[in-house]
Amino acid sequence: MTIALASVLEIHPQVAVRPEAFGALAYHYGNRRLIFLKHPDVVTVVQALHDHPDVQSTLSACGVTQDRWPSFIAALTSLKTSEVVREREITG
Amino acid sequence: MSAKSLVEEMKRGLDAPICLTWELTYACNLQCVHCLSSSGQRDDRELSTDEAKKVLDDLRDLQVFYINIGGGEPMVRRDFFELLEYSVGNGIGVKFSTNGAFIDEEKAQRLAAMDYLDIQISLDGVDAATNDAVRGEGSHAMAIRAMDNLKAANFGQFKISVVVTRHNVSQLDEFKALADFYGAQLRITRLRPAGRGADTWHELHPTNAQQREIYDWLLKHGENVLTGDSFFHLNAFGEALPGLNMCGAGRVVCLIDPIGDVYACPFVIHDEFKAGNVRDKGGFAKVWKQSDLFLSLREPQSAGACASCGAFDACQGGCMAAKFFTGLPLDGPDPECVGGDADEALSVIARGSAPKPGMDHSKPITLTRKKLPVSASH
Repeated sequence: MTIALASVLEIHPQVAVRPEAFGALAYHYGNRRLIFLKHPDVVTVVQALHDHPDVQSTLSACGVTQDRWPSFIAALTSLKTSEVVREREITG
Repeated sequence: MSAKSLVEEMKRGLDAPICLTWELTYACNLQCVHCLSSSGQRDDRELSTDEAKKVLDDLRDLQVFYINIGGGEPMVRRDFFELLEYSVGNGIGVKFSTNGAFIDEEKAQRLAAMDYLDIQISLDGVDAATNDAVRGEGSHAMAIRAMDNLKAANFGQFKISVVVTRHNVSQLDEFKALADFYGAQLRITRLRPAGRGADTWHELHPTNAQQREIYDWLLKHGENVLTGDSFFHLNAFGEALPGLNMCGAGRVVCLIDPIGDVYACPFVIHDEFKAGNVRDKGGFAKVWKQSDLFLSLREPQSAGACASCGAFDACQGGCMAAKFFTGLPLDGPDPECVGGDADEALSVIARGSAPKPGMDHSKPITLTRKKLPVSASH
């Protein structure tokens, strides 16, 4: 399933993210998969998802310029498939 | 970032290992002829429970996601479950390797109740004759009983771990069927000439024709079979096998041995590849981040005699440990180079002249003991 700018996401609660020189390593304790986040900006965005209402506002807040949005949408789609991020339930 | 440049990044080393093996004890109820750590008897210098917990604290601070626990037979340690629970409680997942001797019904249920735990049962033959020739009499039945108990306790997907030798290559399909029967995952790894394996490698390692068989089998089944990326030397046959195609020693991989010594990988227990000890000031973190050995392994390595070979990009010259313990230069071909480029060099290395494994905790030969009416070995 493709992520949209309006998607509401968060890091999967069973995932730990460890920064590395190339970006970060993410480990999913549930499916035991190790996933590579290959750019520091993707790491910043993934870690900020929870603090913003949706993907678009997260990208803006992280200073990602519009011309790069499509590549971030692609990256987040792939990270959703590997369950590094998931849909966040809107509460309250 | 392409896969290739990611591998280049990994070669420069990670802030913490992603594949850390920790052998908890040199004590073992078995005496496998290919044991990487020449295990058998406990070492008086082994880490205490408190020291082991301090290592786990360090690993938690480094954000190590999971560890591979082995031995010896790790379940021999009286504090085995205490350390397991401490590790998982600190967010460090555990996969442990065992011969299964101590997984009775009660232990199987206890293990099944824990989260973030994987178990690897070692088995080197689908039948007792093939397995026991390598792992010792009764060890096949021991492993099967453990697997039955895990299945009955609904542990879920454990692993069956096979070291591939020339005697079990023909059983790969049967191993897969056995794993499927138990709802387990099959893991096959390469036989290394390390520990007692240094003495038996020449007789046990797969023939050239069998190497091709392993490669073809992995191409067909690779996605569903774990290998610890240990067969990357076979990539020289053509299409790359799944996994990271590189030697991770000291870069993404390391070993902590039972007395706290840190080595570049589980297959090189030798002073030349010892980076430090977890009891040193600064603990494991300092050894990982600052030891001269690990820093040098993270420098670009020379392709040496392999530089002119068209397959070097595919196989990376193979396994450092395999070269070292067969007496080959580290910047040349792997002893199992599929192009046969190591054959000539190997043929002129006198048996016994290759470096000897660093430590030996083998038990005294049991045959001698059996002949004695009263054991005088205590």
